[in-house]
Amino acid sequence: MTVEIGVEEIEDIALGATVLGTGGGGDPHVGKLVAKQAIEEFGPVELLPPDELDADDFVIPTAQMGAPTVSVEKLPSGREAVASMERIERELGKTADATMPIECGGINSTFPFAVAARRGLPVVDADGMGRAFPELQHETFNIYGVSGTPAAVSDEQGSTCLIETEDNDQLEWLARGVTVRMGGVAYVSDYPMTGTQVNETAIPGTMSLAKNLGRALRLAEDDAMSAIREVTRESIYGEARSLFEGKIVDVQRRTERGFVFGHVDIDGLDGDEGSTMRIEFQNENLGAAVDGSYVATVPDLITVLDRETGGPIPTESLRYGARVRVLGIRTPEIMRTPAALDVWGPASFGLDATYEPLADHP
Amino acid sequence: MTDYRIGIDVGGTNTDAVVMDGDDNLLAKTKTPTTEDITSGILSALDVVLDDSGVSEDELDYVMLGTTHATNAITERRGLNEVGVIRIGAPATQSIRPLLEWPDDLAAAIGNNVAILDGGHEFDGRLLNDLDEEQVRAQIREFSDVDAFAVTSVFSPVRDDHETRVAELIREEVGDDVPISVSNEIGSVGLLERENATALNAALTSVASEAANAFVDAMNERGIDANLYFGQNDGTLMSVDYAIRYPIFTVASGPSNSVRGAAYLSAVENGIIVDVGGTTTDVGAVTEGFPRESSVAVEIGEVKTNFRMPDIIAIGIGGGSIVSTDGGVTVGPQSVGYKLTEEAKCFGGETLTATDLEVAAGTIDIGSETPDVDGEIVEAAREYVRERVEREVDRMKTSAEPVPVVIVGGGSILVPDDIAGASEVHKPDHYEVANAVGVAIAQVSGEVDRIYSLDEMDREEAIQHAKDEATDNALAAGADADTVDIVDVEEVPLSYLPGNAVRIKVKAAGALDH
Repeated sequence: MTVEIGVEEIEDIALGATVLGTGGGGDPHVGKLVAKQAIEEFGPVELLPPDELDADDFVIPTAQMGAPTVSVEKLPSGREAVASMERIERELGKTADATMPIECGGINSTFPFAVAARRGLPVVDADGMGRAFPELQHETFNIYGVSGTPAAVSDEQGSTCLIETEDNDQLEWLARGVTVRMGGVAYVSDYPMTGTQVNETAIPGTMSLAKNLGRALRLAEDDAMSAIREVTRESIYGEARSLFEGKIVDVQRRTERGFVFGHVDIDGLDGDEGSTMRIEFQNENLGAAVDGSYVATVPDLITVLDRETGGPIPTESLRYGARVRVLGIRTPEIMRTPAALDVWGPASFGLDATYEPLADHP
Repeated sequence: MTDYRIGIDVGGTNTDAVVMDGDDNLLAKTKTPTTEDITSGILSALDVVLDDSGVSEDELDYVMLGTTHATNAITERRGLNEVGVIRIGAPATQSIRPLLEWPDDLAAAIGNNVAILDGGHEFDGRLLNDLDEEQVRAQIREFSDVDAFAVTSVFSPVRDDHETRVAELIREEVGDDVPISVSNEIGSVGLLERENATALNAALTSVASEAANAFVDAMNERGIDANLYFGQNDGTLMSVDYAIRYPIFTVASGPSNSVRGAAYLSAVENGIIVDVGGTTTDVGAVTEGFPRESSVAVEIGEVKTNFRMPDIIAIGIGGGSIVSTDGGVTVGPQSVGYKLTEEAKCFGGETLTATDLEVAAGTIDIGSETPDVDGEIVEAAREYVRERVEREVDRMKTSAEPVPVVIVGGGSILVPDDIAGASEVHKPDHYEVANAVGVAIAQVSGEVDRIYSLDEMDREEAIQHAKDEATDNALAAGADADTVDIVDVEEVPLSYLPGNAVRIKVKAAGALDH
């Protein structure tokens, strides 16, 4: 069954993607507005379940990369990601049958809908992170053997840079450098795939999940946790669990290599009184420990909600005094194989922890 | 020179006025009901304080006014200009048109005239695209019927030359009479929010000029030949001319005045201010004597903006709040508002209000009768208020350290003296007119909020450059050179940009030059 994504659904996806963004992924606001205007102008977009792709259908994912501070100032022309897609089409001599997000958290959850609306293509209901991660090699596509290249990086001037690399770490490295030269923000098409490859490597249903989460939160009135729990229970993720409730008593941030590192300390309230949770982050939340013992780590999802409104809080908005509820969502199976944990397990982010799937904790 | 000054704060419920002398001693104060035409309320407050202080009209050197004209005009969509909104940034930015997120009626009220033209800069000041002057001129001619222009260019907080040039072209095409708002003088990085603030500012210039002229006429009518100033939302002053050009800066000046006044009256330079009014309690923070700014986008009339706004949390609790005893005692957010003297029990009415509880408890003596209220209800209600205030005070803090708390405003009595998280609680003299005191003692300021590329200059140079520019801006706004100080420096490295870019915000402030 295909679903049509109009302006209202974009609102829901953007809100749900803030939960799946696990604190990072960029403010979905700009991506949402770009998608809304494109849908108003070119019409709604079909959300296509990955199992409805033919084996040799050609899918080109699209995304924005770069500095959030620039992306809220130098807004896109709207044609950049389309130009990247077209450059890959020329390179491979094939026309795309669909586009797809590379991550389902933050700004990049809605961006592909703008590309799809302009090109009259469907968006595949899947992505390659199942959450938000900081870099282009943090993709199930990468882990399960899809080449990220040929990739194209474009700016609003009409400049496009085609990148071919031996491995996908190198793609990240070069694309990041081009992005800085393009003024701090650029628009990529990478990991061009067949329908078969999508079905072998992508995480299915994540756009629907974002949409359903967003809609549930919008309608939740005052019980956001139950709403999130109900939606995640029906998904390939684990059912969301409340990990901790408390008040933020300290936030530390530092910028290194262009990323924001830091941690937040939360003093327990009610049932958690007497305990302290520390959440460590690199743009996204990476690990949550109670009194020194990890209760959740990457790649499981750790999201901070406002205790009163239930709204998800990005790491950049965490501040002293906020009353929060921390929830954990177990990541899908495909995200926690040994090969996957090599790329985004706790150790790859420098955490002194061994990954244990969330539900296995007491 | 005596330097007598009058501070007036027009609030939703009350218009407060004070007379102060050159040494900032308070000579007289009053609280009068705000009137529908506002000016008559201002004049009656003025008459009372002049009479009480014995200061004559011709002895006044300064009159400072905090108003809500601009806020009301936006909320009520009243008297707004038709605005030509010009964005410079194409080919970038075309994916989100100006005013896309505005409520339809507000966008319609300012005419929905929008254009995206070539130009703009990158974050490091490089050219994004050339300005096409012929294209700009053609667009201005197309917008020839508008009442005001709002011009926003990509990364104008880094380089403002395209905005400046477009303003010159507007002058050449339509003359000197049409007001022009340029975004780099109004907001900071974040194009849509800055553009929104600039468009709102442009929409308000006629309302502001009417209000300012009414104020000036009223002063002339009373034979007052003083320097007139308006309070801004950073707790400093602006001249009448400046207020007409930048009316958006008067939005939320009331709470800022309270913070400044409370800090002055209590001598607390760093702490939390709780201002208890008729219907709401505003909780804000004072840093080095000035209101702390909000770090997130603030909505005005449902439009997201990013110009400096005080970091204020409003709770629906005030002197007129209705007390409910159905299933546990709660206070507010419903309020009898300006009808306190008709509806509250202590005035012979039928509604139990927060004020009645205090009358019943004997902590205040107003109205015609003492309501018969169970002591337990009074206690429960006070606990309710205490908990709400404590929570917001805690949210305003930046660390767990106890901080001084200052309680001001007409309803101060409602808040207990022992607040969790407070190192000390002040209820200073003249607490009920802290906002009018705040505007009377206000200084003038200048600000800078820019992105510097540290490839071109080192960090120290960049900060010095920003400090110099902020000082120049304060002097241009009328500050006395001997008293100008840097009151705030904020430095934010930009993430995902290995190229060493840093955003620096500096504010300088000083006494009025006279």
